[in-house]
Amino acid sequence: MIPFFAQAPNPIIRWEYFIDEWDQIRRALVEHLELTIYAVTIGLVVAAGLSAVALRYRWTVAPINGFTAFLYTIPSVALFGILVPYFGLSRFSAVLPLAAYTLLILVTNIVAGFNSVSPEVKEAANGMGMTPTRRVLHVELPLAMPYIVTGLRIAVVSTVGLVTVAAIIGQGGLGRLIIDGLRRTFWTPMTIGAALSILLALALDGLILIGGRWLTPWAQRGKSAL
Amino acid sequence: MNEYLQDRSGIRAILAAGVHSRHRAKGKKIGSVAIKLDNVSKQFEGAATPAVTSLSLDIEEGAIVVLIGPSGCGKTTTLRMINRLIEPTAGRIVINGEDVTQRPVAELRREIGYVIQQVGLFPHQTIAGNIATVPKMLGWEKPRITDRIEELAVLVGLEPSLLGRYPDELSGGQQQRVGVARALAADPPVLLMDEPFGAVDPIVRTRLQDELLELQARVGKTIVLVTHDIDEALKIADRIALLNVGGILEQYSSADELLAEPANEFVAKFVGEDRSVKRLQLRTVADLPFHQGPVVAATDGPAAARATMKEYSSEWFGVTSQDVFLGWVHVDDLQDDAPLESLPRSVPAAQVQSESTLRNAMQIIMTSHTSVAVIDDGGRFGGVVTLELIRASLEAEPG
Repeated sequence: MIPFFAQAPNPIIRWEYFIDEWDQIRRALVEHLELTIYAVTIGLVVAAGLSAVALRYRWTVAPINGFTAFLYTIPSVALFGILVPYFGLSRFSAVLPLAAYTLLILVTNIVAGFNSVSPEVKEAANGMGMTPTRRVLHVELPLAMPYIVTGLRIAVVSTVGLVTVAAIIGQGGLGRLIIDGLRRTFWTPMTIGAALSILLALALDGLILIGGRWLTPWAQRGKSAL
Repeated sequence: MNEYLQDRSGIRAILAAGVHSRHRAKGKKIGSVAIKLDNVSKQFEGAATPAVTSLSLDIEEGAIVVLIGPSGCGKTTTLRMINRLIEPTAGRIVINGEDVTQRPVAELRREIGYVIQQVGLFPHQTIAGNIATVPKMLGWEKPRITDRIEELAVLVGLEPSLLGRYPDELSGGQQQRVGVARALAADPPVLLMDEPFGAVDPIVRTRLQDELLELQARVGKTIVLVTHDIDEALKIADRIALLNVGGILEQYSSADELLAEPANEFVAKFVGEDRSVKRLQLRTVADLPFHQGPVVAATDGPAAARATMKEYSSEWFGVTSQDVFLGWVHVDDLQDDAPLESLPRSVPAAQVQSESTLRNAMQIIMTSHTSVAVIDDGGRFGGVVTLELIRASLEAEPG
């Protein structure tokens, strides 16, 4: 008898594919990472702006929340499709929707983070003669950081997943391996694409977690407080 | 049976020996006006009545001035107008000759220490980092900041080992000390305190009040403190500003004067029915005139004992040996051939320390078997105190 997996025409994974197609896999992985970083960075910048408006003008909280929630409800395939006629099968057409999807979670967490700063801490900061800019940068931002880091982790993990969908407009990083596998009914690239995107998500999540801990040592120690 | 020494004529004799209070004013040098509130008013938008109405106060340099009054009396609003966390709608506030509105607000606040009830320490900074807040803003050199932090830790009674901790790792009392250290960091001449001891339990509160008084004796800041606790005000204030709803000043005077001569019905009600008893808390046994009482030295012999009992119309006399009070001896136990220190002393002597408050002395006399308490002045006999002497001290002019 010949073992099933050695002889089967289409196993879950064929290890020699790794070696033969390593360049392609690596390119897909890097592209995936780049798309994720671009999308989340743009999302973070826009979310920071929207949060600043929401925190400054309280009445804008509901409309901003509504807008970001609306963006989140648009199916990704549809959103990629809408942008292609305008921006072509470009990276931009992929990054823009991906960034839009991060806004809901990022704005929610940034606003929650700044709202978590207790009034007496702000009062003390003002009373000691901090300028508003200094207060925001030296007091409020650090205190909001645990919330922001949590939001960032969720945004990154979900973006890593969504990037694969961008493969339908020819971007998509590891998603292209998946689509390629599906099209050719050849399981190996699909398995590699799926597995690597999961690993990438876990790795980025872990990195941000560690980075967040490093940024907020006080939040770890305070937990065992009196 | 327990009415030893409860001899009215004896007490009268003590009084006849000349009682007049040498009440000591709180021993603080108070200088020129440091903060001047000149017809200050605050009308909040949308409020029917003003929070503060034409308030004028002269706050002397080096004094602890307490703002007190019922809810809505504008005491916190008044405090917050001094460092411009709230801007007055009318009037002027002058600190050391300068109108506060003429100064850039951040710069002004860095020269005014500010302590609030919830302390408001920065949870993300260590204790040292918290204390360094204002010096950092003022651009001090690192070594100077480090030295100052260590100096302040000692000053407010903080273990140096706590300096590297985060605020959440400290107890409420420790956090409050850090709050005070942080406010004093750049050595501001003025300290504003908004119910600084309101959030800690009564035992810690008493200790923090004592510490504040000790601290003030060393640093001599001009302190404006808001509280709703009249006992706290009486204990720590050089002057008390009692405000009524709407920020109307009802009386501005020393604690003793507030209790002895309340300006009106409102003040009398606010300070409480027991204001005479409260006044006793402002004075110590050392404030009373010295009274020997029917007490003789053992070396004086039996004849002196008989003479003093006659003078005080007392059946008892006290014996001291080398200035230490030994106890009370009854006339029946007196023997002409026995040394005084060998006689039986059948009544335990009630003792008070010379630094005890008169209220405390009264408490001790009331719960003891004698109507006099012996004053322990650092281990030596410091005379006696009776209820009559305590009562008489209230007739003295308020200080």
